[in-house]
Amino acid sequence: MTIAETQKEIINDFALLEGDREMSVMYLMDLGEKLPAFPEEQRIDGNLVKGCQSKVWLVATLRKDRIYFSADSNTAITKGLVSLLIRIFNGHLPDEILDGELFFMNQIGMDRFIGTQRSNGFAAMIQRMKQYAKALKTTSGIQA
Amino acid sequence: MKTAVTAAELDIPSLRKAFPVLHQTVNGHPLVYFDNAATTQKPSAVINALVDYYRGYNANIHRGIHTLAEKATRAFEESRVAAQKFLGAREKEEIIFVRGVTEAINLVAQSLGSILLQPGDEILLSGMEHHSNIVPWQLVAELRGALIKVIPVTESGELDMAAFERSLSVKTKIVSVNHASNSLGTINPIETIIQKAHAVGAKVLIDGAQAAAHLEIDVQKLDCDFYCISGHKMYGPTGVGVLYGKRALLEQMPPYQGGGEMIKEVTFEKTTYNDIPYKFEAGTPNIADVIALKGAFDFINGLGKEAIRAHENKLLQYAVTRLTSVKGIRLIGTARDKVSVQSFLLEGIHPFDVGQLLDARGIAVRTGHHCTQPLMDRFGIDGTVRASFAVYNTEAEIDRLLEGLTRINSLHR
Ligand SMILES: Cc1ncc(COP(=O)(O)O)c(C=O)c1O
Repeated sequence: MTIAETQKEIINDFALLEGDREMSVMYLMDLGEKLPAFPEEQRIDGNLVKGCQSKVWLVATLRKDRIYFSADSNTAITKGLVSLLIRIFNGHLPDEILDGELFFMNQIGMDRFIGTQRSNGFAAMIQRMKQYAKALKTTSGIQA
Repeated sequence: MKTAVTAAELDIPSLRKAFPVLHQTVNGHPLVYFDNAATTQKPSAVINALVDYYRGYNANIHRGIHTLAEKATRAFEESRVAAQKFLGAREKEEIIFVRGVTEAINLVAQSLGSILLQPGDEILLSGMEHHSNIVPWQLVAELRGALIKVIPVTESGELDMAAFERSLSVKTKIVSVNHASNSLGTINPIETIIQKAHAVGAKVLIDGAQAAAHLEIDVQKLDCDFYCISGHKMYGPTGVGVLYGKRALLEQMPPYQGGGEMIKEVTFEKTTYNDIPYKFEAGTPNIADVIALKGAFDFINGLGKEAIRAHENKLLQYAVTRLTSVKGIRLIGTARDKVSVQSFLLEGIHPFDVGQLLDARGIAVRTGHHCTQPLMDRFGIDGTVRASFAVYNTEAEIDRLLEGLTRINSLHR
């Protein structure tokens, strides 16, 4: 699935909640719980995303030129948020991630149910993912 | 002064009508506002005072001779007298208008610190201070080579008074503590603290940010050297607060900021300063908010602190009783003597998540460290959920909070 297609899927999922804030937040928390367990040895300060109020650990690995992220957070809603990004970006080429435009946030009304502090943290997560993509692109030897 | 009515006589439904902001739905639910320790809502009298000033007599104060300037100056100085009465100060010259408690403490730390502190001197704070009663002292301590010492906090959230007494010595020059804690609600025994601190010759500042809307304050009886409050935490506007200081100290202290209003005469060779309080009020002050602050004093005086306290105590007792029954809850701050603040944690759910889920049901609480990180470290936590009640809150609203918490527990386990 492309980065755009996954986002459309997410938009459809959230549409079922009809904008109910409580249900949307609960749903996000459930999504976060479904993330695979985060490797304990990676839970170090160097892997924390700067600019998040909550703690968010984020790492990336390259397998066959494709990037796979794993993440964890000390708060359930933030973990849900990062799980959405992982769902969108996982298994893509570094360039796809670097060029990938994110449009689902507005459409699911995310600002309304996460507030500005978490929105800033969310932007920081995206930025960190793109930084990983940039760094791994050079190590993988793929040329733009 | 108005004779105090009993708690039963406070008519909360009609009192709520005076607060326009309370009557709205948030995320489809009637708003429950339990973030009063951060800032209280404003009664119409305060809002109208702001509007009336800007619509009717906006003018710069003190040096104007025209009618509007005269009217604005009179209203401004009437607020000073209202603040003097509210705090029980001997003279109105001992009342300095500031932006809030933060600015008041910075003013005292910088100004008093510069004439009082020598290398090796000590500033004694408590382990439950707001960052605004820590950082200004750290700044001046570094500048003057002074040291900061801390009164420890017990498990229930009270000051360890034996440790306090052991910390006092001739080196103690300043003791600065809050009247009531914003994170725990604890009311501190400031009479004893002031008396013992004075016995070793220290000056005492009391941070009254969390006391002003709830507790009787009488600075002459307390005999504190400084007392400060923020208007926005006592039904008044943002951007205005009051610093009370004893005349003798204020007169000795150098100005904190320079500019207009605070001078007598300026030449490039030598400037002479104005008398107190103006010496500490450089520049055009926050005229509108100072004037409207009087509306907040009037509001509180009209109800009477005793009646307010009785109602809020009832709310706190009710909240504690009901919260105790919630599965997995841990109450933080269980001192015997408290203002209407309760911090707590729900097992297995981060405070941010609890706050967000409550907000989805129209319930406003605060989550995080509440600008008291050293206190959070003391309890080995990185934050709490805090519900803080004002005079307009009701038991029915506490029921809504309980419903919300019960639902979080049932859905997220
Ligand atoms: C105990 C205490 N001290 C100081 C402050 C700072 O007050 P302000 O931000 O109004 O200057 C607060 C406000 O949160 C407080 O609760």
